[in-house]
Amino acid sequence: MPDTLDRTAIETFVVDALVDLGVDRESIVDDAALDELEIDSLDLVELSQSIRKQLDIPVKPKDFDQLYTVGEVLALCRRKAGLE
Amino acid sequence: MRPRAVVTGLGAVTPLGVGADALHRRAVAGESGLADGLGLCRDFRPADHLSRQQVRRTDRFTQLALVAAAEALAQAGWTDGPLPYPAERIACVVGCALGGTASFESQTEVLRQQGGEFVSPLMVPAMMANAGASQIAQRYGLRGEALCLASACSSATQAIGTALLLLAAGAADAVVVGGAEASTSELVRAAFRTAGALSESGRSVPFDRDRDGLLIGEGAGILVLETESGAAARGATVLGEVLGYGATCDAHHLTAPDPTGEPAARAVTLALDAAGVAPGQLGYLNAHGTGTVLNDRAECDALRLALGPAVEAVPLSSTKSCTGHLFGAAGAVEAIATLQALRHATAPPTVGLREPDEKLGPLNLIRRATPLAAPALPGGRRAGLSTSFGFGGHNAALVLAAAGPTTGTTKGQE
Repeated sequence: MPDTLDRTAIETFVVDALVDLGVDRESIVDDAALDELEIDSLDLVELSQSIRKQLDIPVKPKDFDQLYTVGEVLALCRRKAGLE
Repeated sequence: MRPRAVVTGLGAVTPLGVGADALHRRAVAGESGLADGLGLCRDFRPADHLSRQQVRRTDRFTQLALVAAAEALAQAGWTDGPLPYPAERIACVVGCALGGTASFESQTEVLRQQGGEFVSPLMVPAMMANAGASQIAQRYGLRGEALCLASACSSATQAIGTALLLLAAGAADAVVVGGAEASTSELVRAAFRTAGALSESGRSVPFDRDRDGLLIGEGAGILVLETESGAAARGATVLGEVLGYGATCDAHHLTAPDPTGEPAARAVTLALDAAGVAPGQLGYLNAHGTGTVLNDRAECDALRLALGPAVEAVPLSSTKSCTGHLFGAAGAVEAIATLQALRHATAPPTVGLREPDEKLGPLNLIRRATPLAAPALPGGRRAGLSTSFGFGGHNAALVLAAAGPTTGTTKGQE
């Protein structure tokens, strides 16, 4: 877990997690569509688990149901972390 | 007439290396892939062959299956363009005895240490025993029937038998078939040890007087089977043919073989009859040969019952002496080893065999690579037998032949 949870820490963690899921780092931008990155519902469950476990942000798999882009995932994390 | 099932592609990942040629080359050289009492595929690094996402979403047994399939399909000439048959006419049958036990074990730890909410949603699709078949089908877009065949250590042999049935029934034009297994954990080893099947010495030598059990290995073997007419129509190079298959069940005991060997012998006889091959026409016997006292004795008795005096002359060896027991992959890897021996006219030895157990009776248990006798089938083809027996009393046998020496196809060799 990073020492302080800010926008940069969240973004760094999520990008690294997406790379771990098999996504090319260069293709991870805010408006990239998750399905075009070949991230499916099973991957999103794993992503939500790692965000909850590593960043201690209280996200649930269901929170990701209506998210379509990387930017929306980051916004969800910031909102749940109380940063916006 | 029943369509003939020809082999156009072979792929293997075994403790002897990545590739069906490494399997033959190193086995013939008398080398072993066993170390520290385990047959691990030490040369196999999934990331060398598969994408990060494929690695993450699959258990090791499926990774082995995917890489063996890639080799087999490339050799068959299936990867250069569109599939050679309608996707709906290509089936995929992959044997697996235990499934993705490593994935199950690691997620059991997550459950215990972190709680149910952190258990991976990928655990079931990774560990399910049909993952090998479904992942191969998905990767290559094979839309005929895809399934896992599970019958313990005879799974892959029965998978190949099932492929023959699918082709014979006209349910498919081609079948990608084989077996995969990667269950080598401490838990699995402990269970085989307490069942009395694991070698305590860590040195498993089938048919040896001092044999004391099996050693566990991992691996995968995949074959591309097509109807003879389909392969001929597309001008494919034919490597060999599955001539016949037979299978029975002991209906005797959970783990011990029927001591009479009769049901196992009947499986061999059924395969020979289906192939139209006489025992004296066999050029090589690739035994199940686990190295347990019980298996080797029952198997040799069964072979004697089924083959008669011919069993004393034909070179006989066990691939498990250099790979360990690959469980649900064993039958496919050993069918490939048999085909390779027939194609190269050289039988690999039982590695490490020093003093054959005289209680097994007169047999040609080879201790070094042995040239095969002249081809006994019409068209200059050599035939061989591969046997598999599994916990639960499963007995299965395949009669295989290499393609003729000149044409590379099986045309005109009825």
